[in-house]
Amino acid sequence: MDTESTYSGYSYYSGRSRGSHRHGERSRDHHKSRSKDGSRSEKSVTINAPPAEPLLGDSSVLGEEVQDDNWGETTTAVTGTSEHSLSQEDIVRITKDLEDSVGLDCRRYFSLTLAVVLGLLVFLTPLAFLALPHLLWPDKLLVCGTACEGLFISVAFKLLILLLAVWALFFRAPRAGLPRVFVFRALLAVLVLLFVVSYWLFYGVRILDSQDENYQGIVQYAVSLVDALLFIHYLAIVLLELRQLQPAFSVCVTRSTDGETRHYNLGQLSIQRAALAIMENYYRDFSVHNPALLTASKSRAAKHLAGLKVYNVDGPENNAATGLAHSQSRAMIAAAARRRDTSHNELYYEEAEHERRVRKRKARLVVAVEEAFTHIKRMQEEEQKKASGDVMDPREAAQAIFPSMARSLQKYLRTTRQQHCHSMESIQQHLAFCITNNMTPKAFLESYLTPGPTLQYGRERWLARQWTLVSEVSVTSGLKEGAIFLLKCIDFSLVVTAKRIPYIQLSEEFIDPKSHKFVLRLQSETSV
Amino acid sequence: MSSFLSQLHFQLSCALQQRIEICKLRQGEHLILGFSIGGGIDQDPGQNPFSEDKSDKGIYVTRVTPGGPAEVAGLMMGDKVMQVNGWDMTMVTHDQARKRLTKKNEDIVRLLVTRKSLEQAVRHSMM
Repeated sequence: MDTESTYSGYSYYSGRSRGSHRHGERSRDHHKSRSKDGSRSEKSVTINAPPAEPLLGDSSVLGEEVQDDNWGETTTAVTGTSEHSLSQEDIVRITKDLEDSVGLDCRRYFSLTLAVVLGLLVFLTPLAFLALPHLLWPDKLLVCGTACEGLFISVAFKLLILLLAVWALFFRAPRAGLPRVFVFRALLAVLVLLFVVSYWLFYGVRILDSQDENYQGIVQYAVSLVDALLFIHYLAIVLLELRQLQPAFSVCVTRSTDGETRHYNLGQLSIQRAALAIMENYYRDFSVHNPALLTASKSRAAKHLAGLKVYNVDGPENNAATGLAHSQSRAMIAAAARRRDTSHNELYYEEAEHERRVRKRKARLVVAVEEAFTHIKRMQEEEQKKASGDVMDPREAAQAIFPSMARSLQKYLRTTRQQHCHSMESIQQHLAFCITNNMTPKAFLESYLTPGPTLQYGRERWLARQWTLVSEVSVTSGLKEGAIFLLKCIDFSLVVTAKRIPYIQLSEEFIDPKSHKFVLRLQSETSV
Repeated sequence: MSSFLSQLHFQLSCALQQRIEICKLRQGEHLILGFSIGGGIDQDPGQNPFSEDKSDKGIYVTRVTPGGPAEVAGLMMGDKVMQVNGWDMTMVTHDQARKRLTKKNEDIVRLLVTRKSLEQAVRHSMM
């Protein structure tokens, strides 16, 4: 393995923060200045007014990205310190992340404390109803008979079931932070609060004030409260969990950079919850975003624009700015249409050449990996006891056979522009994993031959961690036919369109199995 | 001379269709016409003995009952039925053809038929 390749894997990371993250920082500043809600952290979604970004804003940073393409060749003397050095942008980014996450946690803790208070109130209320008469007027109370004591058991078990049910439904680790409040949960909390307050009012007026002696009646009142709470919990299950299970909308998600499209079926959700579901599926289904694959089309576009220059011959007569720009762009379009452009030719031959090169490298890689795998053999249990010579664990075995395939693997990754997705460490880890689980060389190579889903790679390669939901309608409103919203990331965005699943009218037709009869096709004759 | 012949041929090909009017005969509770049909788009055209082109899926008269209304009206065996009372019969299934001929509320059917023998007779006379 040549030394340049060893370090270039790490230098890329710091080089990247100097290079194209500048582009990311610029647009992030745009976002920061325009967004009202600045809270943003890992996988959080914030609302953003649709920003009016200049369409050709990318061309200004084109130069930097073109430079970035040749990092493998131009990066030379990178020492070990580059692994640990932090550039200025990294520091700024980290502090920003910190303060953003603190803001979101405040909101999270606030809602958590509110929920805990409400829960305690709900649980302690029946117990209070039962205990207060004994504390306040114990001598006037009638003795609790058998039926009344039976009701105690019922209250106890119902409270236990309610406790378990609430724990199962509500006390789960939150998956994400959504921009707006979850409408159904808020409504349910208000309902529960009103309900408990009204029970307390009734209790306070009719029982505490008048000091009712009929203890069985009080116990039955407490039991009715617990029953009603169980029913409210049932309502919560139906509203929060069951209602959106039935698919009602089919959403089409397209990535703006390379057009990769997927379709999902969702139920009746609000836009923010639909966005959450889509993002969870994004990490599993979409292949990892690879900016290196897009540079070719960008350079072609730049060449088209740069080929023509517009001169204003009429002088300062046509002063209206918009009219001038309009006529200029029209002139450029017309000239571009007439120009004999051979760029399609170049593209065709370039792509054919690239295809050939990739196939050649792939063939060499497959052969090298297969040969490397033949060098190690799994030792059986009986042989292990003999322990002759150097016995290696999977990691050492991987390190032993890695050098023989490293060069061809590196060359292949460079040809397919995937070299920044895999570091040497991760490749060796994957090799050890494959050796441990008795995988074939083909199985080992599969994750390098095709770009896998985003989750497959380490977190730092995702390039998709902070999301913004851009929508023209309120994000707590439900999905509708033809709803369009955007999930914006720094480097790309996902365009989501929703369509209603059509109403299916199914009718039945009964066919008697005995009715399947056939005749030969002869000329039949009918007399009329 | 050849143009005259081609004109004549054109006129003759128009005249090779014959209009036949059959009055249905009441027999019991059925109205019968007195012939049998074969063919249709759902049938096998290769087995049609009367058609010249063996991919012709039209309706052909396969039998004419002697003394029946069809024979009286001049229908002959091998005729291809083109129209019945204005309904087209060149692209119908066998059952549809039967239905169009046996409508209960019609007493008279007017057929437009074409006959191979007519063509051959005229062509022979032209030679």
